[in-house]
Amino acid sequence: MEVTRTKLAGGVYLTFHPARKFKTSLLSAQFVTPLRWETASACALLPALLRRGTVSCPDMGALSARLDTLYGARIDCTVRKKGENQCVGFVASLIDDSYAPGGERLLEPVASLLGELVCDPVTERGRFVPAYFDSEKANLIDAIRSILNDKREYAEGRLLREMCAGEAYGIPRLGDDKSAQRIQPQKLYSLYRKLIASSRLELFYSGSASRERVEQALQAAFAALPREDVQGIAPAAVHPARESVYSVSEELDVTQGKLGMGFACGSADHTALLVGNTLFGGSSNSKLFLNVREKLSLCYYASSVYHRQKGLITVSSGIEFANYQRAYDEICAQLRAVQNGELEDWELEGARSTLLNAYASMGDSQGKLENFFLGQAATGNQETPEDLAAAVREVTPERIFSAMRTVSLDTAYFLRGKEAAE
Amino acid sequence: MNQSFYKRVGESVHRETLPNGLQICVVPKPGYAKKYAFFATRYGGMDTRFQLGGVWLDTPAGIAHYLEHKMFDTKEGNALQELAKNGAEPNAFTANAMTGYYFSSTEHFEENLEILLSFVSIPYFTEESVAKEQGIIGQEIRMIEDDPDWQLYARMTRALYSRSTAAVPIAGTVESISHITAETLYDCHRAFYTPSNMILTVVGDVDPVHIADVARRVLPRQGGPEIPRDYGEEPEAVAERETSLAMEVSSPQFLTAFKCRPPREGEDFFRASLLGGMACDVLLGDSSPLYLRLYGQGLINSSFGGDFEQLPGVAMLYAGGDSRDARKVAAEICGEARRLAEEGIDEDFYQQVRRAAFGGQLRGLNSFENIAVSLTEGYFHGYDPLRFPQVFETITKDDVAAFLRENVTEERAVLSEIVPK
Repeated sequence: MEVTRTKLAGGVYLTFHPARKFKTSLLSAQFVTPLRWETASACALLPALLRRGTVSCPDMGALSARLDTLYGARIDCTVRKKGENQCVGFVASLIDDSYAPGGERLLEPVASLLGELVCDPVTERGRFVPAYFDSEKANLIDAIRSILNDKREYAEGRLLREMCAGEAYGIPRLGDDKSAQRIQPQKLYSLYRKLIASSRLELFYSGSASRERVEQALQAAFAALPREDVQGIAPAAVHPARESVYSVSEELDVTQGKLGMGFACGSADHTALLVGNTLFGGSSNSKLFLNVREKLSLCYYASSVYHRQKGLITVSSGIEFANYQRAYDEICAQLRAVQNGELEDWELEGARSTLLNAYASMGDSQGKLENFFLGQAATGNQETPEDLAAAVREVTPERIFSAMRTVSLDTAYFLRGKEAAE
Repeated sequence: MNQSFYKRVGESVHRETLPNGLQICVVPKPGYAKKYAFFATRYGGMDTRFQLGGVWLDTPAGIAHYLEHKMFDTKEGNALQELAKNGAEPNAFTANAMTGYYFSSTEHFEENLEILLSFVSIPYFTEESVAKEQGIIGQEIRMIEDDPDWQLYARMTRALYSRSTAAVPIAGTVESISHITAETLYDCHRAFYTPSNMILTVVGDVDPVHIADVARRVLPRQGGPEIPRDYGEEPEAVAERETSLAMEVSSPQFLTAFKCRPPREGEDFFRASLLGGMACDVLLGDSSPLYLRLYGQGLINSSFGGDFEQLPGVAMLYAGGDSRDARKVAAEICGEARRLAEEGIDEDFYQQVRRAAFGGQLRGLNSFENIAVSLTEGYFHGYDPLRFPQVFETITKDDVAAFLRENVTEERAVLSEIVPK
């Protein structure tokens, strides 16, 4: 996979992936800014607000008509957490020029619209249109509250918030209800001007156009982008392990309990922890799947995620309220099994090949590539999927077990039903 | 194998029907590392009543899904681990009218394909292994019962249909699955997991001839008889106009649905599906006048969307999302459909929506999963999904207006709501 990264202007980088095999091209523009309580909700509001209209397409009707005419090009708002940074912007997807029935060039008009959304929003007396501001602020507050509707996502978010209270990593990507309520139009406009002037802008393209053409289209589209002193990218601070386990529980009117467990990792051997986590709960052949689900029938899902930037592993499972202790004990027992190297022959090779398969097929998905390279750029990492695959091939069982022995339970979160609590 | 080229979408498909009745489709994708196999049976959550050996059987709700879970068990252990050793990512899903098993892998593809075909065609259940699954699926059911989207959709289908098994929940209930035995599972497997009721689709940089060879080698030589099924005679009227449930959610949510004329099989099924999709876009898509007006009024937000869906014997157009006033939105949808049916559709707007719909279909061909599922549905219903550019050309704005006039009316409407506790 020949992915290249070049600097287009001060603090503006283009990651370029040439590919002819897709039906579409993907073009992304993301501002990277430190995740903070004071600004998280306001930054999250910006893409949605900017998406309401530009000077040349001043309302959603005009924008939608323009995108429809470009054969259903899409420009979606994105707000993502990468390490302890927040990435906000737009991802555009357009059909590849070779499939345009009229032989039209689609990259230039879509890039230009993307540039307008960022640099040239419709305004009234030097600030955002008040009706758009009010409407998108209300939508943001609804979106933050609606995390409650997906109990798994809700429980996973609550675990991180409890475990990393006081750390930027504990801040949800949209911020919270309270800070969203406090957003003021005037302040938001200043924040917007500051964000586009002084945050790193990461551009990404995947598709059949040549680099010269893409660079030209983007230079033209972002010609009006103000650039001042651009902030550097701050890496995440490693989570300090707790002395004793912090337990939290909460009650809601639900039929299934949600168990979340957060572990601190003492080792900095990322590859060993990544493979160790895959063995523990990172695949449908992991210890958690085979034991908590298949052997004990305690759940439908039990899985774990390794948060590389933060040195954490989190486990998520949906269980009967009454099975809390059994599931908790079994999850701890399975971690010990990985730490002690109690594996069947196929397990390690299976975990390795699961990861290698994922890296090898990353180049087959424009969305995955965009997300991967944004994550790398926003956390100051440079490895390619090939580099990471090579590291996974090389890591020895001893390194895996010894890194996993530094993993200790830090926080346990349990969401249970109201009746069960009585 | 027969090879068809689809110049306008840049794809080709190799097809062959084996003597045992299995349909094989291979879509070559040079330049991709990933190879994807999808092995599906025309059997899903709707197929609860059918005839086997001359006798009508009534099986518990959720049995097709239960069977899907149990198929991974093999005499030697579990197929998941066999595939995992080779880095394959296997999974499966049960829909209303199909069950599909799939994996993707970058290495050892043919070896993995053999494992897939083998475990799906050879059942191995014991009373003990069947009983063990009650706990796992019980938790899957509890999980979806807490999901407001699932509740909205399930309650909407029950409001639409009084007889059709389209309203049967695919996973069943904790009660219904308690009646499932190893014997019933074997019966269902014998009836529906026969090559003549199945299709294998492979997408990726593979040699089509090798794929057919693997299937010939692994699968049974003979296919089974066609199984008569009873989906229930569905009357034209809706079962109930409104349904509402209080849940632990942040804001009210709704789905409104219109009971549409049932589809015919064959090419008509596909044309009806694209026509219904266009009607949905014209009526309430992101760029429709209705969407823009309701969004501007704060009655809907970006969670709002709709779709048109056809299942054996039934069809529905539905739309929903979060709203403070679901009743008002539902009434506005009916009103707009009436207006479009009476006044007709603006030609420029129609052409704009058609372009976007073409782009949307084309974008779908980036996804191997989507290609495989489309070819499978096309095979089960008798049409070719890769002919969408040609079929779009046969649909006019007057067809769309006529569709709305006939289907999107107050008498055909239901409203399903979730309100905060």
